[in-house]
Amino acid sequence: MPTPASPAKTQVIPGWLQAMPFALVFLLFFVLPLCFVIMVSFWDYNEYAMLPGFTTRSYTETFEGCWDQLPELCTILKTYVSTAKFCLIVWVATLLIGFTVAYFLAFHVRSLTMQMVLFLICTIPFWTSNVIRMISWIPLLGRNGLINQTLVNAHVIDTPLEWLLFSQFSVALAFIHLFTFFMVVPIFNSMMRIDKTLVEAAYDAGASGWQTLWNLIIPLSKPGIVIGSIFVVTIVMGDFITFGVMGGQQIASAGKIVETRLNALQFPPAAANAVILLAVTLLIIVVLNRIVDVRKEL
Amino acid sequence: MTERRPAAFYWLAAFFALFVLFLYGPMIVIFVLSFQGPQGGLTFPLNGVSLHWFEKLWRGGGIVDIGGAFMRSLKLGGVVMVLTVLLSLSAGLAFRKRFRGSDLLFFVTVASLIVPSIVTSLGIALEFRLLDDFLKAWGPAWLVGGLTTTMGLFTSGLGAHLSWTLPFGLLVMFAIFNRFDHRYEEAARDLGATPWQTLRHVILPIILPSVVGVGLFGFTLSWDEIARSSQAIGERNSLPMELQALTTTVTTPEIYALGTATTGVSFLVIALALAAITFLRARQARHGSDAGQA
Repeated sequence: MPTPASPAKTQVIPGWLQAMPFALVFLLFFVLPLCFVIMVSFWDYNEYAMLPGFTTRSYTETFEGCWDQLPELCTILKTYVSTAKFCLIVWVATLLIGFTVAYFLAFHVRSLTMQMVLFLICTIPFWTSNVIRMISWIPLLGRNGLINQTLVNAHVIDTPLEWLLFSQFSVALAFIHLFTFFMVVPIFNSMMRIDKTLVEAAYDAGASGWQTLWNLIIPLSKPGIVIGSIFVVTIVMGDFITFGVMGGQQIASAGKIVETRLNALQFPPAAANAVILLAVTLLIIVVLNRIVDVRKEL
Repeated sequence: MTERRPAAFYWLAAFFALFVLFLYGPMIVIFVLSFQGPQGGLTFPLNGVSLHWFEKLWRGGGIVDIGGAFMRSLKLGGVVMVLTVLLSLSAGLAFRKRFRGSDLLFFVTVASLIVPSIVTSLGIALEFRLLDDFLKAWGPAWLVGGLTTTMGLFTSGLGAHLSWTLPFGLLVMFAIFNRFDHRYEEAARDLGATPWQTLRHVILPIILPSVVGVGLFGFTLSWDEIARSSQAIGERNSLPMELQALTTTVTTPEIYALGTATTGVSFLVIALALAAITFLRARQARHGSDAGQA
């Protein structure tokens, strides 16, 4: 970059100074806290307090019996398997829905204004409260909810369905409802960068709609798909609120283990479980990040 | 491309319409149900139409101090919004030039978005607990006399919220600057503008509508934040946390009224932001050719 005309009078603020306040926030409220989590996970504890020191007690207690019980799964492994199952279901559903919506917006809506308006319609719910969006399912899915009333009145079923609310079904549904947004946005962003002349070239060369989709659009949307997948999978992995509210506080999840320990004020075991959760999450990201360089795609 | 819409268009349009219904349908249902009559329950049918539950909410009888939580969240959201705009803008400008540690900072920012909120929240809580212990043991008496905890809405709570809003702020700034036409500022520089003048009179006016978007993220994300606040907010809860607690205890449409009121604030803020963006864009279009005359 060329320097300004009169450098004597015009001091350029160095980049690191401009970024300093921003960086300081992350140092104080993200990096240091993570260090404390790791540190405290190796502390001892009693009923009243955490005791500084070094012990792997929290970890050994968390994994207690996991080896002896095999092939039967111990509690923590069972919970992680169950959470992973939710991740998979929600990932597949949000990917299919998000991709279809983004594809419609990017390739079938022709005016840019219309694209932006429809995109905004998909975005606005993201700016409202997740808990409210969760409880808004209660009048629909509850025992006396709209769906059960309709089905009973139509004589499809005799007794109301119990598995609609406060169940694995409602948890998965709420996740899809809340987080398809995280798929739509990056995939739409990737698709908008695809040169439309490529699509025309494929059409002129005689490719069918499906062939264009499979051989052109999907590969070129891959960055968006990966970014969306990282968001969705890590959110479900670490979630405890959706599991709590929509599961009627009955369904275990990786995030809820930490919360349960915290409610009992057992900080070292909570920290140990947080470290395990963090490690699993990072592992997922490393694998997904191998596929695409996130920063280039913004 | 052909002029006629392919059949796929109609299928996809129908799918999109269903998706929008899926997004908004349930919300509309609780808006309607929040106007239940006094005898009405949590589900349909509507037993008359009234403002009974809003009134009850307003009086605050029975449930926790909603008015207080409302004001706390509003104040916190305002502070978070201002800080998110200022810090993201400054960092966004920094990232346009290379600086030492920029890769690391970007990595940390994205990590903050992806690390489970409960982990961050626990970490902040531990940090402040340890700080409390340290201050009580070593701090001078005039400072720590009568100190119970340093945790609070505008210490740990504010930090927790910023660790969530700032990554979005920076990503939006990246998107803004990736689309920014560098020739404008080069022209300004060639005409002898100082870096500050270039920023003040060229860059900022051009990106202002998008910066409003950053503010929108800052406020709404803070207004609805629970996961990170859960351990770090201090003694007094924010509004969404009260709401979450109520989901297990309240069995009247009062909770829908609270939901409607909260969402009303969100919609108001979104509408204001979108109006401001539209206004600024229109103004740019009108004054675009006059740039630099002032």
